[in-house]
This record gives sequence, structure tokens and C-alpha cells, in this order.
Amino acid sequence: MRYLSNVVTLRLDEAACIGCGRCPEVCPHAVFVVEDRKARIVDRDACMECGACVRNCPVGAISVVAGAGCVAGLLGGVLGLKSECCCSEERGCE
Amino acid sequence: MSAPCCCGKSPEPSCCPAAESVRVLTPDWSAADIWGMWRARVGFGRMSYGVAPGLYAMGEPTADSPVLVTANYKLTVDVLRRELGGRKLWILVLDTANVNVWCAAGKGTFGTTELVQRIAATQLAEKVAHRRLILPQLGAPGVAAHEVKKLSGFGVVYGPVRAADLPAFLDSGEQATPAMRRVDFPLKDRLVLTPMELHHSLRPILLVTLALAFLPALWHGLAAGLQGFGLRGVLAALVGWLGGCVLGPALLPWLPGRAFWVKGAWLGVALALLLALTGVARGLIPILGCVLWFGAGVSFLLMNFTGCTTFTSLSGAKAEVKMLPAQIAGVVIGLLLWSTDWWM
Repeated sequence: MRYLSNVVTLRLDEAACIGCGRCPEVCPHAVFVVEDRKARIVDRDACMECGACVRNCPVGAISVVAGAGCVAGLLGGVLGLKSECCCSEERGCE
Repeated sequence: MSAPCCCGKSPEPSCCPAAESVRVLTPDWSAADIWGMWRARVGFGRMSYGVAPGLYAMGEPTADSPVLVTANYKLTVDVLRRELGGRKLWILVLDTANVNVWCAAGKGTFGTTELVQRIAATQLAEKVAHRRLILPQLGAPGVAAHEVKKLSGFGVVYGPVRAADLPAFLDSGEQATPAMRRVDFPLKDRLVLTPMELHHSLRPILLVTLALAFLPALWHGLAAGLQGFGLRGVLAALVGWLGGCVLGPALLPWLPGRAFWVKGAWLGVALALLLALTGVARGLIPILGCVLWFGAGVSFLLMNFTGCTTFTSLSGAKAEVKMLPAQIAGVVIGLLLWSTDWWM
């Protein structure tokens, strides 16, 4: 299933990339490929901003505003409710 | 040999547990495990459904056996061990406050710090000769593999997303196929979330239903109001609740639009038209009102499902939440229009 187009904050600095291969290893939606010792974004709109790639890039070549794609969490934040999302302490998911 | 404090905090003897005896895990599920899974899925005792963090053994592992890392949500551990029958493995269970790997990784509890501390606390380096950890891929949002290596000496390999792929992953020399690294959202995974959606929207829906049931009483008196419009309101709320919490998630890929508020609006309109056929609304204005408040209400309910999916982004959620004022207006105006057949 595809979500919205042209909204995600994912950015890759190809100059800084050393082609280590961690980003395709950790991405759950095949956003990256590594070819010729460089990573490339091949499907930006599939990105869910989980932040796995950012966390595991050893040279900090990737940036994203990471967070849960959870409207309930945003509403809860606005209303000042404790639970941040369905994955909060009070409300486990899965 | 007297080790420095193994938990990495102050050098107090009390903070270093004596060498922990390693508990054993088997692949079999007991009746209690199955019952526990159902309870957790519906949301009863969910946050206390955990196992003790620490090092566990499957099948009498040796110093060369692989080390798999997981979270201490009991359902996670149970699903993991079920797939690993007949293998010699170490299982390192992190303290994630009884939350599954992916959610805990997002929150940081399945994280670099906890992993490094747990390696030290379990004296893992003395139990295995190698220095490799196999982590679930969905732990990656919380774990910086290069930092784990620097801090603990253990290198990280990310294994497949699903425990069921672990046997193939291990047997192929720790090679993951692209399919093992993809997360989808098939019908089964969507449906398994619906009990929690129903559970958590129950209170707001009950409030709305009570309001719908008793509001007509203000005009017509309690008995007449409850008998006439009240039951229709209850039926409508029930249909809307099930629509937003069960039908919407089930039909997700086939509902029009990419945004969940759009998918919900289409479903709500369709449900309202179906309901109108049953006489829940009579006359053009009431039917339009019904369509409006259903469209807006189910739109809101399905929009709240975004947090349960495996593919929605924060940026997308921020864009969608802007529809809330329109949804509120739609529900209020729609209810007002629907109620015009009370006094006409």
C-alpha cells in the first residue's frame, strides 16, 4: 500500500556516503539501494520516517524528522494527553 | 577475576548481579501461552505481559552458537522461540518494558544503551567466543550498530523482519533476501489490530451513543425520544464504530484515496447510504445530514488507524490531522441536519 506523495523529510547526502550498505539493510520499505559504493534513494514516497537509516549511518549522511505516523499521537499531544501514540505505556499496540 | 561493575553504573557491589544462571527456552507453546496471546491481542493485561530480561539458552548452545537479540514482550519472545526448534542459540532479551521490538525501537527502549548494558550485565563476552549479534531488523530505529561495536566489541548483523524467516536466514549463512527485509500490511496483520481499535474507541463511542440516544428526549420527552430516534442513534453509532474500527482497516487497500481521512470519508458515506435504506433517516435533508456526519465520523476513526500501520509517515500524519476541524464540523452539522426530521 502506498501513502501520501511528496511529504517525507528524508534527505541523503550522497557526497558524505561511504557505501557501507547499512541503509538498505535496515530499511523496511526498500527506499535505498547501494550501487558503486554509494547509496541512492529509489523510492522516497515509501519512506515511513522510522529513522532506522539515520540511526545506523556511521557517517551521518542521512537525515529525517523521525516519528510515528500516528494521528492519534499528534492529537494526544495537542490535547495534552499522556499517551503519545498507540505504542505508549498505557496503550500497547500489537 | 573481579570485574568492574558489570552494569556500568556506580561501582556498588549491589548493582552487579551474581553471575546469572542462564534460563532455558523451548520452542513449544503451552495452553497458557496461547491464552496469554489472545488476552494481549485484545488488550487485557497487555502492559504486564513480559518475561524477565537477560540471557536465555535454546538447545544447549556453545561458545560458538549465534546470539539473537529480542525484546521482553512475552508475545515477541514466544513467537521468536517457536521458530527456532532444533537449534542451539543464545537469546539475549532486552528490557523494553514489555513492548515489542519495533515500537520499543521507535521509543528508544530497544536501543543502543540497553543493548550494551544487557551485554555487560549478562557477561555475554564470557559465554561466547565470537563477537556477533543478530538483531531483528525492526530494532534498527533504536540501535546504532556502529556504536554498539564501539561500546561493547560486538558487531551487529540485522536479521529478517519476521521470526518465521530466521531458519532460512540462519541456514543460508545469514543472508537476507529482499523479501525478508520488507514490511507489508496484509489483511491478517490489519485484522489482528482491530480488537485494540474497538477497545480504545469504546469509551468515546459510548459517550457519542449516549448523547445520540438521549438528545431527542430533550424535544420529545424521555419515553418518546428514546423509543423513536434513540434506537436509530444507537444503531448508527454501532455501524459507524464497527465501520471505522473493523471494516475500514479490513478494506484499507481498496478504499479510494491515499490519505486515511479520505478512505474513511468514502466508507462513511457508503455506510450512511446503506443505513438510509433501512429508514434510519427519512427525507432528503436528514439523509444528507446522515451522510455528512457518517462521512466525517468514519473519516476521523480511520484517520486514527494511521498509528497502527506499518507504512504511514509522521509527515503524512501531520498533513492528515489538519482535517480534524472539518471532521468535527461535519459531525455537528450532519447531526443537526439529520435531526430535522424529529420536529418536522
